[in-house]
Formats: sequence, structure tokens, C-alpha cells
Amino acid sequence: MSEPSMGFTEVVIENLPILQVILPLMAAPVCVLLRSGRASWALATAVAWVNCAISWALLQIVLRDGFLSYAVGDWPAPWGIELRIEPVNALVLLIVSGIAAVVITACPRSLDSEVPAGRHYLFHAAFLLCITGLLGMASAGDAFNVFVFLEISSLSSYSLIALGRHRRALTSSFRYLILGTLGGTSILFGVGLLYMSTGTLNLVDLGQRLQDVGPTRTVMVAMAAIVVGSTLKLALLPLGAWLPNAYTFAPSTVTAFLAATATKVAFYVLARFIYRVFSPAIAFETFHLDAVLLPLALASMVLGAVLAVFEKDVKRLLAYSSLSQIGYMTLGLSLVSVTGLAGGLVHLFNHALMKSGLFMVVACVVLRTGSSRIEAFHGLGRRMPFTMAAFVVGGLSLIGVPLTVGFISKWFLVKGALEQELWPVAAVILGSSILAVIYIWKVVEVGYFKEPHPDFEAREAPLSLLIPTWLLLAGAVYFGIFAEPTTGLATLAAQSLMEAAP
Amino acid sequence: MIELLEQGPGLYNYWMVVVLMMLGLYVLMAERNLVKKVIGLNIFQVSVIMLYITMGKVTGGTAPIYVEGSEDAIYSNPVPHVLMLTAIVVGVATVALALALVVRIHEEFGTLEEDEIQAAEGHG
Repeated sequence: MSEPSMGFTEVVIENLPILQVILPLMAAPVCVLLRSGRASWALATAVAWVNCAISWALLQIVLRDGFLSYAVGDWPAPWGIELRIEPVNALVLLIVSGIAAVVITACPRSLDSEVPAGRHYLFHAAFLLCITGLLGMASAGDAFNVFVFLEISSLSSYSLIALGRHRRALTSSFRYLILGTLGGTSILFGVGLLYMSTGTLNLVDLGQRLQDVGPTRTVMVAMAAIVVGSTLKLALLPLGAWLPNAYTFAPSTVTAFLAATATKVAFYVLARFIYRVFSPAIAFETFHLDAVLLPLALASMVLGAVLAVFEKDVKRLLAYSSLSQIGYMTLGLSLVSVTGLAGGLVHLFNHALMKSGLFMVVACVVLRTGSSRIEAFHGLGRRMPFTMAAFVVGGLSLIGVPLTVGFISKWFLVKGALEQELWPVAAVILGSSILAVIYIWKVVEVGYFKEPHPDFEAREAPLSLLIPTWLLLAGAVYFGIFAEPTTGLATLAAQSLMEAAP
Repeated sequence: MIELLEQGPGLYNYWMVVVLMMLGLYVLMAERNLVKKVIGLNIFQVSVIMLYITMGKVTGGTAPIYVEGSEDAIYSNPVPHVLMLTAIVVGVATVALALALVVRIHEEFGTLEEDEIQAAEGHG
């Protein structure tokens, strides 16, 4: 591939798509060899920021050229393995690598208090492997590689969750492993049926050949298996039972990372398969997938928010809120319109920013008080003013107040629902937002109007945690005011997903 | 029904896939012991591996090795076999991690029965 005459820069630019997957994959075993928490952290952080830069560069290339195809090992697609970056992948890659970089930079202090020092290098190795898997899943142009990278990211996230300090982290991780593997294997089963019908694994090629095969029963079963598998990883109701415990008992920084990335990549996989492989004509017009996804999305939105309202632990409250937000994204997907899909995708980005910011706030509180129960938040408005203010900003965004990102995504979703005259859907979106007001207010109220609880000492969180937290939440406000870049990219991505396979 | 019976024996490999898959799923859901759950999960994975192996078989096909003068030979499809090598590795890694978690759960809770673990979780 690389001619001797080519300079180093050209070779790097040519190989950017594979570099972002290979770099963390190579760095992970080095972390294990280093056997030192600080050194492996420095390496992981460096790799994460380089990856962030690569994702940015890839986005620029995709915006210029429309898409980017990379043949691994120089074997041309559809025979070889292809990495294919389109606007929608570029968006997901940027979310994953950006959040990963911010979270890993912030993690040492929080990690010191939650994970035994002897396991830090293993934590960083697993973290890097998780990045590898997520980025691989988002850039793979080949159905089987989607499965392999899915399992890499899943296996590493099970071990990350099991590092939590409470013994229930182990059982949560085990349950996630059982359900996650069920989902992964289900996707593999679906891919197998597609391979039987078409004889190809390349996603673009699959999309074209399925048009000739038509909506046979095999294709229907394949679609069912892939939808079930990816909604399991996405944690859409009723398959999201693993999520609340896994998020609650994982180390706080792991929760901040996984909440912003793992479910987002699963959403991308679902959208990619439905829109580009099966095509909207087969998925929605013949098999009426929207009749399944739309009610489930609405149920997730409401039930997640109701559970959050009655929850006494803030970390778990935010996990329930994630279930609800996943409902919003899936709603966008099941509206089958550019506006709806763009709403789902822009919410993907926006929710990643605000929810990782909010979980970082919880990480700050857990570091200083040792607990994430609501009693630990009593009176924090005076004792940890910057942390509590960050929670307010994130909370407002979660509710969808204007000038925050939450407003932008809800605006798109409501607009998408009204375009199709689905008035009840728009009503549910607004009703679920009111529930969000209740559960956010619950925390804000005790933070500012209650006397500090005698059991919990607290002082302001260290800057190493506060700055990344505020960076994420400042992003949530910035992209709420200057929404053009994100909504533009999401609309472009939605258009490229909606257009029929080339 | 008659049609199904006629198809049945000819497609026995697919029936085995379905039977194994449902068996695995049943064990996974019905068993309360964590190790048995892992076994159920493994059976579920194996059923999918079997599906792939089955689709690579071409009637009368031989091993896909090209030699001089074998232009007319019928070959089995090697791609599913290669894919399953990777899937087996993934399966082994999953089971290894699951068993490692089972060992840690046993250390912390002193039991592998899900009912007893849930009771212990209730007490914090």
C-alpha cells in the first residue's frame, strides 16, 4: 500500500481508519506489562487524546469526500475486510473517542478512592480494550467484524464493571455478561442467516443484495435476531434490565464512560442495520418494525423516568434516566423520517455530553462523601458549590430547557413526531420531560435547601475532576446555543442513512 | 404438517441448531445455579457455531485447497469455518470471564445459588 516514495505523514493519513483501532489495541498489553498505575494511565491518556485527534481528522475527511473506505490488508471489498466511515460513523467515533479522552484524563483521583491501587494498570488496559471494541464496531464495514468488536468491547466492559468496590458489582457484571452474550450471539445468528441468503458479509454489499433477495422469511428472522441483539446492548425496554445495576455498582468513571458510549454504539449498530442493510422498505413497510420499536421507545421514556422519580440513590437515578433517554433515541429511529432520525442522532451526541458530565458529578460526590445516596447530596450547594452547580447545568439539559443541548434534541424529536401528525407521541415526549423536572428537582432541592447530613463529610472536589466535568457540561451548553455544527452533522448523517443503498 | 415431516429429516442439521439453541436458552433462564447458567450460555453459542458450519457444507464438496488440474473440483465454502474459529475464541473468552466472575462471587457471597445471592444482596 505505501510506496517507498511516500512520506511518513501520507502513510499515517492513509491509514487513519485502522490506526484508531490498532493504537488502543496495542497499548492495552503494554499497560499490563508496565504494571504501574501512573505509567499506564499516562499511556492510556496519550492514546485516548491521539484517538480523539484521529476521529476529528476522519470527520473532516468524511465531510469533504462524503465517505471513506479503507481496505484492511489491501484486500479490496467485498472480499476483504472493509472499514467504512460515513457521516454517521464519524459522529459516533467522535463521541466515543472524545468522551473516552476526557474521562480517562479525569479518572486517577476517583480511581484511587474506588479501585485498589494494585489493579489500576489492569483497569487502564481494560479501558483501552473497551475503546478498541467501540471504535471498531463503529468503523467496521463488515457484519462479522461488528460482532467481533462488539464482544471485545463487551468483555472489557464486564471486567470494568466488576472492578466496582461493592460486592454487588460482581453479580451485576455477571448478569450483564449473560444478557450481553445472549445479545451478541443473537446478532451473530442473524448475520449467519444473512450470509446464507446473500453470500456476503460486507454491509454495503449486503444492503444491495438483500434488495434482490427481497423480504423472505429468513431475512425476517435475521432482522428479528439482529434487532433483539442490538436492543439488548442498547438497553431498550424490556431488555434493559441489566443497565441500572451495572451502572450503579461500576466504578464512577466507568459509568461516566459507558453511559456515554456503549449504548450509543449499540444504537448506531441498530440504525445501520435497519436503514442501510435491511433498508426502510423491508424493515418498516414489509415487516412493520416501527410498530414494535415505537411503543417500546415510548414505554422506555416513561417507565425510566417514573423509576427515576422514586429512586433514592443518585447514581441509580441517573441510570434510570439513561433508560428514559435511550427511549428518546429509539423514538427518533422509529419515526422513519430525516427529522426524526436526525433528532435521534443529535440526541446521541447531546446525551453523551450531559450524561457523562452528570455521572462525573456523581464521581466527585462519591470521592468526597463516599456515597451516591441522596443523603450525601444534602447541603452540597454550600459545601461543594461548583460540583452542585455542574449538576444543575446537566440537569437542566436533561430536562430540555432552552439554551441547553437537551432542548435541541427534543425540539427535533417533537418536530419529527408532528411532521407525521403523531400528536400523542409529542405529548409523551413532553410528559416525560416533566417527569425529568421532578427527578432532577429532587436532587437540586436537597442540595440547596437541606442542612448537610451529619453522616457525610464533604469539601469541594479536586480540580482534576472538576475541570473535565465542567468541560463536558460546558459543551452541553455551548452546543445548546450554537447548535448548527451538531444538528448539521446529524441531519447529514440521517440523510445518508435514509437514502437507498447506492 | 406433512410438508414439515418431509422436510424434517433432510434438514436435520437445522433442527439440531434450533433444538440446541432452545435448550441453551432454557437452561440459561430456568437454572438458578450460576455455573449451570454459564453452561447454558455455552450451549446457546455452540448452536450458532453449528449453523455456520452447516452452511459451509457443499454436497460432494472437498477441502478448498487448489492444486494443479483441480479446476473442476467442487469445494466446500471455507469462509464460515474461518469465521467460527474467531467465534470459538470469543466463546472461550466469554466462558473464562464468566467463570472468573463466578469464582469471585463465590468468594464474596459463599454460594452460587441465585436465590441465596439475591437474599444476601437484599442485606447490602
